[in-house]
Amino acid sequence: MENLKIKKVLLLGSGALKIGEAGEFDYSGSQALKAMKEEGITTVLINPNIATVQTSDGFADKIYFLPVTPYFVEKVIAKERPDGILLAFGGQTALNCGVELYLKGILEKYNVEVLGTPVQAIMDTEDRELFVKKLDEIDVKTIKSQAVDNISDAKKVAAELGYPVIVRAAYALGGLGSGFCDNDAELTALCEKALSFSPQVLVEKSLKGWKEVEYEVVRDKYDNCITVCNMENFDPLGIHTGESIVVAPSQTLSNDDYHYLRSLAIKIIRHIGIVGECNVQYAYDPASMDYRVIEVNARLSRSSALASKATGYPLAFVAAKLGLGYGLFELKNSVTKDTSAFFEPALDYIVVKIPRWDLGKFHGVKREIGSSMKSVGEVMAIGRTFEEAIQKGLRMIGQGMHGFVENKEFKIPDIEKALTEPTDKRIFVIAAAMSHGYSVDRIHELTKIDRWFLYKLRNIIDTADELATFNSPEAVPVPLLRQAKQQGFSDFQIARSIWKENMKDTEKAVLEMRAYRKSLGITPVVKQIDTLAAEYPAQTNYLYLTYNGTENDITYLHDHRSIVVLGSGAYRIGSSVEFDWCSVNALMTVKKEGWRSVMINYNPETVSTDYDMCDRLYFDELTFERVMDILDLEQPHGTILSVGGQIPNNLATRLDAQGINILGTSASSIDNAEDRHKFSAMLDRIGVDQPRWRELSSLEDINSFIDEVGFPVLVRPSYVLSGAAMNVCSNQEELVKFLQLAANVSKQHPVVVTEFIQYAKEIEMDAVAQNGEIKAYAISEHIEFAGVHSGDATIQFPPQKLYVETMRRIKKVSAKIAAALNISGPFNIQFLAKDNDIKVIECNLRASRSFPFVSKVLKINFIDLATRIMLGLPVEKPSKSAFDLDYVGIKASQFSFSRLQGADPVLGVDMSSTGEVGCIGTDTSDAILKAMLSVGLHVPEKAVLLSTGSAKQKTEMLDAAHLLHNHGYTIYATDGTHRFLNENGIPALRAYWPTEPDKQPQALQLLHDKTVDLVVNIPKNLSTAELSNGYKIRRAAIDLNVPLLTNARLASAFIRAFTSLPLDKIEIRSWEEYK
Amino acid sequence: MRETRRAVLELADGTRFEGRSFGYEASTSGEVVFNTAMTGYPESLTDPSYEGQILVATYPLGGNYGVPPTTADGDNKTFMSEFLESDRIHCRALVLQDYSWQHSHWLAEESLSQWLIDQKIPGIYDVDTRALTKHLRESGSMLGKIIIEGCPEPELYDPNTENLVAATSEPGIVVYTPAEDGKSVAQQVQPQDIASYPFDPARKVVVLVDCGVKHNIIRCLTQRGVTVVRVPWDFDFTEIPYDGLFISNGPGNPDFAEETVKNLRKAIELERPICGICMGNQLLAKAAGAQTYKLKYGHRSHNQPVRRADTNTCFITSQNHGFAVDNDTLPADWEPLFINMNDGTNEGIRHKSKPFFSAQFHPEASSGPEDTTFLFDEFICML
Repeated sequence: MENLKIKKVLLLGSGALKIGEAGEFDYSGSQALKAMKEEGITTVLINPNIATVQTSDGFADKIYFLPVTPYFVEKVIAKERPDGILLAFGGQTALNCGVELYLKGILEKYNVEVLGTPVQAIMDTEDRELFVKKLDEIDVKTIKSQAVDNISDAKKVAAELGYPVIVRAAYALGGLGSGFCDNDAELTALCEKALSFSPQVLVEKSLKGWKEVEYEVVRDKYDNCITVCNMENFDPLGIHTGESIVVAPSQTLSNDDYHYLRSLAIKIIRHIGIVGECNVQYAYDPASMDYRVIEVNARLSRSSALASKATGYPLAFVAAKLGLGYGLFELKNSVTKDTSAFFEPALDYIVVKIPRWDLGKFHGVKREIGSSMKSVGEVMAIGRTFEEAIQKGLRMIGQGMHGFVENKEFKIPDIEKALTEPTDKRIFVIAAAMSHGYSVDRIHELTKIDRWFLYKLRNIIDTADELATFNSPEAVPVPLLRQAKQQGFSDFQIARSIWKENMKDTEKAVLEMRAYRKSLGITPVVKQIDTLAAEYPAQTNYLYLTYNGTENDITYLHDHRSIVVLGSGAYRIGSSVEFDWCSVNALMTVKKEGWRSVMINYNPETVSTDYDMCDRLYFDELTFERVMDILDLEQPHGTILSVGGQIPNNLATRLDAQGINILGTSASSIDNAEDRHKFSAMLDRIGVDQPRWRELSSLEDINSFIDEVGFPVLVRPSYVLSGAAMNVCSNQEELVKFLQLAANVSKQHPVVVTEFIQYAKEIEMDAVAQNGEIKAYAISEHIEFAGVHSGDATIQFPPQKLYVETMRRIKKVSAKIAAALNISGPFNIQFLAKDNDIKVIECNLRASRSFPFVSKVLKINFIDLATRIMLGLPVEKPSKSAFDLDYVGIKASQFSFSRLQGADPVLGVDMSSTGEVGCIGTDTSDAILKAMLSVGLHVPEKAVLLSTGSAKQKTEMLDAAHLLHNHGYTIYATDGTHRFLNENGIPALRAYWPTEPDKQPQALQLLHDKTVDLVVNIPKNLSTAELSNGYKIRRAAIDLNVPLLTNARLASAFIRAFTSLPLDKIEIRSWEEYK
Repeated sequence: MRETRRAVLELADGTRFEGRSFGYEASTSGEVVFNTAMTGYPESLTDPSYEGQILVATYPLGGNYGVPPTTADGDNKTFMSEFLESDRIHCRALVLQDYSWQHSHWLAEESLSQWLIDQKIPGIYDVDTRALTKHLRESGSMLGKIIIEGCPEPELYDPNTENLVAATSEPGIVVYTPAEDGKSVAQQVQPQDIASYPFDPARKVVVLVDCGVKHNIIRCLTQRGVTVVRVPWDFDFTEIPYDGLFISNGPGNPDFAEETVKNLRKAIELERPICGICMGNQLLAKAAGAQTYKLKYGHRSHNQPVRRADTNTCFITSQNHGFAVDNDTLPADWEPLFINMNDGTNEGIRHKSKPFFSAQFHPEASSGPEDTTFLFDEFICML
């Protein structure tokens, strides 16, 4: 039975979303908190990620927005004195922190019991050497690797094994610092990097080309075991599972294969002594039953979140209960509510997971995918054929693709090379190769992808080819049309394959196609995911649509009591967990107000796709076609588009044209805000200022506009050739260079040029309005000057350094805009302010990224308010305002440059952060220190390397440099900065640029030797030498794990904070304690 | 588009499910049952317990990994297939949502479609198998026929009116002696010679009553070092000098196997260890005096949870049965050994003091999870 003496539990979260550790831990943490709550246990949560659902009201009893590090966790333990701690629900961050707490004796000191898997078992799985030894004891084969702690030993081991070898860093998440090496030089480079993160590096024989298969295993304290799911990677071993397309269940394993590996997984979990959940990853020989265990993760993982969503089995919830001492047989299957939790789900559908990359957002990053993870999000598609599921999934990743075929052609100079050296475009390279006549066997030889997957993809190509032999929908045989839909073709794909280049008006063609197939009765059916393949009746509301079926599982009442909320789709740079928070909160309000809450979303890392968050969940596409299919079935009272970010927002006009009742702000208002020309004209009409801009189609026109507004200007191409989508150009040279590099200016592809106001403050207005009247608002300021994307900026709320006059003007302008657009619901406006002049730079008639942050700091739920308004309920203006707050919140960005090999870690007008934290403190220093430590910075102990950019920025950093000096830090500075500091009476040691190789000390060497433990490197301009010198230092700082800041304002704020506030003076207060 | 013939599955209650043919092109009839396993179609198709049934796979994709070598080694008759559960397909037809026309596996020798054609078994796909499953779940297993376009419509066939055990039990007696490589050597023996057969004195002898036995049961026994004597379902084995008795799985209604029950009652008197699987469980229960009944739609899957009675120990099991032992009718000196955690039905029985036990599920797996193979060890330990 359960552990009765546990009354209070501490749960460690995973912090900001980063590559390799993302939204899945919001899901697992939330489930664990629910499980504890059900037992009447008091919960304390440490997680600085303020945008998550788990850090919302009603989940944990107490929330600390603090870094998940041993230092802060100990402080919280000392204060809260919990009986137990949960380490398995916050990813590698929580696990590593827990192990450290254990080793330091802190858990013992405060008598805190680790619930679930014991720490020794965790260490047995995390330390490769222990792990191999442990599995050797039961004759289970592992990839024999040798642990080394220096480069020369690594070379020796590699020589013994023979190249290629794989190098991994111990205690690292998502394959950080790992990779394949074909020779000594590659090995040296990789080991140096890995050893900077980890004391230990593992060198092992590569098994490239083997299958990769994974099992999710659960064990209770009575030694009862189940495997909830197995999964097979589409890509063979060598590509990180986070980078691979994955199917569940496995498709190419026979019964013997499947159960051989399943039995092994159970043997392993028993021997290690897991209590709760873990996954076992295998390499499996495609030509025999030989295998190797790759790794075991003794915690909830990305895979377990996927397995949970793929099967309907609530893994995290069950794992949490097992941690309390329950047996699996004592828990119920929460889907059927009738059968036991001790069972293995039977699927009657196939699931395909596809990663989402955003590599295009980074300068210099390598596009090749391999053994370390680079993707920022993922989608899960469900179908009853592989073809259906993968085509759905390829649309879901939202990178302009329509499925496997009928996409915009992209040029592949060398298909063979592109097949052997996979990039983020691999799947489309396969499509191109098939179209170019490559056989399945040839593609298999080059990629080692199992032929079964390739045959299935070939089926899609064949169907497309056959459709293309017809010229009108009516000419296509009906069975072929049906087959195309069963293989996941969208109306668009079918339309394009029939009309080809004659398809001028896409919208019209798609609607015609839709109407035609509906007239033939070709419509999808709704199926339930019920964990038991229909063997037992289940009242599950977990649904997907398929063309492979004839009967709906749901009986629709058509009572118009449904409210459909469109979710956020795949996490990507610019849209992530914050929109899941908004979606979940909208659902909760919808439900609370007595409507049937319906969610459409396909992101397995989210809480909105949990089985218990809404009355009906459609785990399906957010395309116009699929949303219309669902609305046709659901016939809801209304649809909410404004809480899921840009994907649902973009559907407004098209849905409106079909007569869909969009709740809140009208589609035409949304269009008026989204369309640059309409919005600009409106601002002129209501007398609101904006930076001057023009859409231009020749260099002459651009130049004459720049004569008018002056440099710098912001240039935004409408058609991007390569690299970043927009850029700031400070002079003619940069302008010409950027236009050549990134954009072909022409009548068809104009560029938008906007005057760029330097040294301006950027201000965010998050608000909720009803019928054009603002009901609640939050004004926050960026720490950085304008020019840093608002998603990368550090944001302060309430603002501490804004003129009252500025605030007043912002309120007034916002009210005007709200009235002009007759806004009902959430919206966000971004302003520039210089002196007291304010200009509008952007307006979104939807919830913004900062909604959870301001809602939680202000303690007014903006989404609840907005949803009530959208439901047509009367709302009162909240009486509280930001002026009443005696504390301040800081939202800081998390970057994942360490995972993006080669990327220049510099901030610009394009967003590059992958996550964020939000911390609260009594003043800016307190809050900023918590926030910066939460995103992985450390307070330096010895020395700082400064390269502070332009004269203006150098001046700006002068105070901070003084502070550093006064606090005894050694300052190293490069050329200009060195001179400037000495001229201003700050002793600094000269460090030499990489372009001055014969002088000592070299800046790079200071990083390699760990002489400096903070780097401030501010890029001056885009000149080649500047970029290459600065780039090398910035990149080295990232690769060697030395904290790096690249913005003068943020660097100053951070330095001010840690020099004025010692670590032990940082307040340890829970959210509730800030009143 | 691939040209395939239209096909219809018509249930006894008139419900029709349309699909297309991918197997042998002839119509057929039988009892329609569903199985929720996600792997193992070669094993299921050759499982004698599916005799007379039309098998519906709830997992929508089938044929992915083709079919392993199906022939035993020709002249040197082993009475044992290498990868399958018997020497032929037993179910009457296979129903899928989606058939994989191409397969991929290093062991595969032919496609599922080709195998079905060779064995004259119809297969249909593009059927809404989830809707079909729900219908069977709600209305119970029922008879049905598959009508392939252009083929004459068959009469409705009811396998439950036939002695299927007799139909699937192999006629002769075969002695399997363990060999070096985990395999066995088989020898056919005339019934009159078996009582005086020169058994290897170093090995225990287990009589296996073949009610439609899956080959993996034989493998599981010989791999544990015992000599197995496979006898037909109605053979009186009590004259054989055996150390232990094993009653196999088998198809259909246990009431037809009255002969076996009679022999079992004699064996109980002998008090030597007895073990049974599936049909074996039902027959042992009947011999003990308990009753069996037909389940609404049976248990056919790889994920059935069972709990060992009065313990906290649970297992995931492979199952395939349409009948069950009525717990309430067990005599006082018998008790349930395992209980199904989903519906509380009997999953095994044992004698309170004597070495007799049996399991309703399949510890030999194949296909399915291997968590309960230890039951063979428990049996061997009793010998």
